[in-house]
Amino acid sequence: MKTYIRATGNISPQKSFGHQFLTDVIEHTGDRLTCIEPDYKGIIDVKLIRRMSRIIKMGVAAAMECLQESGVTVPDAITTGTAYGCLEDTGVFLTKMVEHNEELLTPTAFIQSTHNTIGAQIALMLQCHHYNNAFVHRGFSFESALLDGMLLLVEKEANNVLVGGIDEITNISHSILRRMDLYKRQQISNLDLFTTKTKGTLAGEGAAFFLLANESSSNDYATLDALHTFYKPISIKETEQQIVSFLSAQSINVNDIDLIITGRNGDIQNDAVYDQLQRSIFKNNSAGNYKHLCGEYPTSTAFALWVAVNIIKTAVVPVVISKAIKNKPKKILIYNHYQNIHHSLLLVSAC
Amino acid sequence: MSSPVFVVGLGAISAIGNNVAECLTALETEAAGIGEIKNLQTVHRGKLPVAEVKLTNEQLATRSGLPATISRTALLSMLAAKEALDDAAIKDLSSLRTGFISANSVGGMDKSEDFFAEFLVDNTKGKLRNVVNHECGAVTELVADKLGIKNYITTISTACSSSANAIFLAARLIKHNMLDVVVAGGTDALTKFTLNGFNTLMILDQQFCKPFDENRKGLNLGEGAGYVVLVSEKVMASLKKEAYCTLSGYANANDAYHQTASSPDGTGSFLAMTGALEKSGLKPSDIDYINLHGTGTQNNDIAEGTAIKRLFTDRYPKMSSTKSFTGHTLGACGGLEAVFSALAIKHGIIYPNLRLETPMTDLPFVPERKFLQNIPVKNVMSNSFGFGGNCSSLIFSKI
Repeated sequence: MKTYIRATGNISPQKSFGHQFLTDVIEHTGDRLTCIEPDYKGIIDVKLIRRMSRIIKMGVAAAMECLQESGVTVPDAITTGTAYGCLEDTGVFLTKMVEHNEELLTPTAFIQSTHNTIGAQIALMLQCHHYNNAFVHRGFSFESALLDGMLLLVEKEANNVLVGGIDEITNISHSILRRMDLYKRQQISNLDLFTTKTKGTLAGEGAAFFLLANESSSNDYATLDALHTFYKPISIKETEQQIVSFLSAQSINVNDIDLIITGRNGDIQNDAVYDQLQRSIFKNNSAGNYKHLCGEYPTSTAFALWVAVNIIKTAVVPVVISKAIKNKPKKILIYNHYQNIHHSLLLVSAC
Repeated sequence: MSSPVFVVGLGAISAIGNNVAECLTALETEAAGIGEIKNLQTVHRGKLPVAEVKLTNEQLATRSGLPATISRTALLSMLAAKEALDDAAIKDLSSLRTGFISANSVGGMDKSEDFFAEFLVDNTKGKLRNVVNHECGAVTELVADKLGIKNYITTISTACSSSANAIFLAARLIKHNMLDVVVAGGTDALTKFTLNGFNTLMILDQQFCKPFDENRKGLNLGEGAGYVVLVSEKVMASLKKEAYCTLSGYANANDAYHQTASSPDGTGSFLAMTGALEKSGLKPSDIDYINLHGTGTQNNDIAEGTAIKRLFTDRYPKMSSTKSFTGHTLGACGGLEAVFSALAIKHGIIYPNLRLETPMTDLPFVPERKFLQNIPVKNVMSNSFGFGGNCSSLIFSKI
């Protein structure tokens, strides 16, 4: 199911927009990493900007940057993944509904609260009548969108597909998730995420889009060779088996992997899974991390994919990703688990 | 890739019945499920009619084996998905690669609303258990875990076309030989959030909805869940039962006209129907029945009707909107209507479009007004069009 990643567009807590690749790493302090947003004028019609909530603007702008780089004006399909959807609009409508006891409500926030809004807004701006789908399955949201896109290419229903992973933090969602004990209690720098060895992670968000194509162009970032997800493994043994059989289905083994990008998020319990794997099947592999740069959120693998394809394209592993430097990696495995429920594997190779 | 995908199990719960048999009886006896609000705690009670499932959360919990404290969206889903799986009667399910692809638009919003009332007063208040399953995907997982399905699980949310897209993806995963069996469809419970949202759009009829009537005034919201069990040709050969039908065609297109309104000529609907026909290798004249999206809004019915007029030109199949019975169940409607489509093929029946008095003057056809039986129904098209311009059509075919 090999596909080519022709272009990317990414708005994240790092300076990623404008195709910058971690040249100037941004430090955040606190328990929340917020996206660095571009000036949307010039990317989105000013009249539309006023109406759009933050996640819609981020999603649409990342998609537009991706399309612009690809040279494709109207993609053959658009698939998006978001676990939480348009939280800000949901919160606005819900708050007014409760405060005004279901009276005097206006439709805008409700209209924009639906989970397919970003994909729909992109289609509307591009006048794109093609296939359009939206996945909303927690830590599998982006992976599902990616799989759908890859299948469309295999089926020859599309020659190119715009795929995105988008999630936002709002004040409301953050205060609720914080009460669930997901984040660190002490104020730390995101760059110290892996040295504190305590409970909790940092909240993150982002909007990353990719143009997948079934044929190579002269200027692709990388190939996305395969994708696999597995749900609630019963033991670390099962996790190991899933990883080994994923690689063998691609006729490779762990020794063929130049760099493994893991989803470590700084929470000691969460990271125990990676610790165990790095003592067993991954013991001879160079490993890198990404969540100290974007925070933890259900569609963070979209950020990880952006990191992986940029490493392959630039042939440099930024020190902030991995100190175990093996330059010019040809094969990168992304392995992430979200709350030990949603596990995903993405295999990326040099073209 | 061209191997057929079979529909071998059906499950449904809606305002017209708590299972497939009850729904079918209501369709035959022309008994709509719309009425005054009974379960939902809202100021609109007594003013806006809705199509509620006639069971409380406690009753749903008892029947489903899930706790009554979880979202009604999950409780409804569990009952219909379990019924579909039981109906399929697949032995040794654990030896097969099984998926659960469910759709919904509200997730656990019914519980989040309860949480929010307390949370807004003091953000250290509100029971976390009421918001922990807020996400659409959480609802799917509650049911998948109870059903014991784990090989592939995902959730789709494209507003009113959500569950049609879930069934569509399920068929493709089987054709790609990634899964053997998939329970696919969708669920949605009525919530204050959706009721008030649609109310602000001023597309709710204060009387019972009248899809495809010249004097239609809007839709009635409904709730429910509908699932089909799809299997590969190989699994089909091992079953002792007959399949209901095959899923022979499907397509997804975007209207790209407006976030909530359909284009006047129904561009997205036209593309979805055309694409599904192409996929199935059928001609418009092969379609015997269209289960219309037919919400009853001014906008939907003229857009869908215009697209049908363009596509079918002069030979119109029989058609009807079963939303005149179930209300518009949003994320569940594609699943419920897939169940009704499969039953139409199996039993050779056509459902009536209730309360249609004055046919639309701009359309050259009139949906069926009476229940018909002993009709050869070989191919059924099921339309689901929604917010965000997301339009999907499915075609079910007799074997």
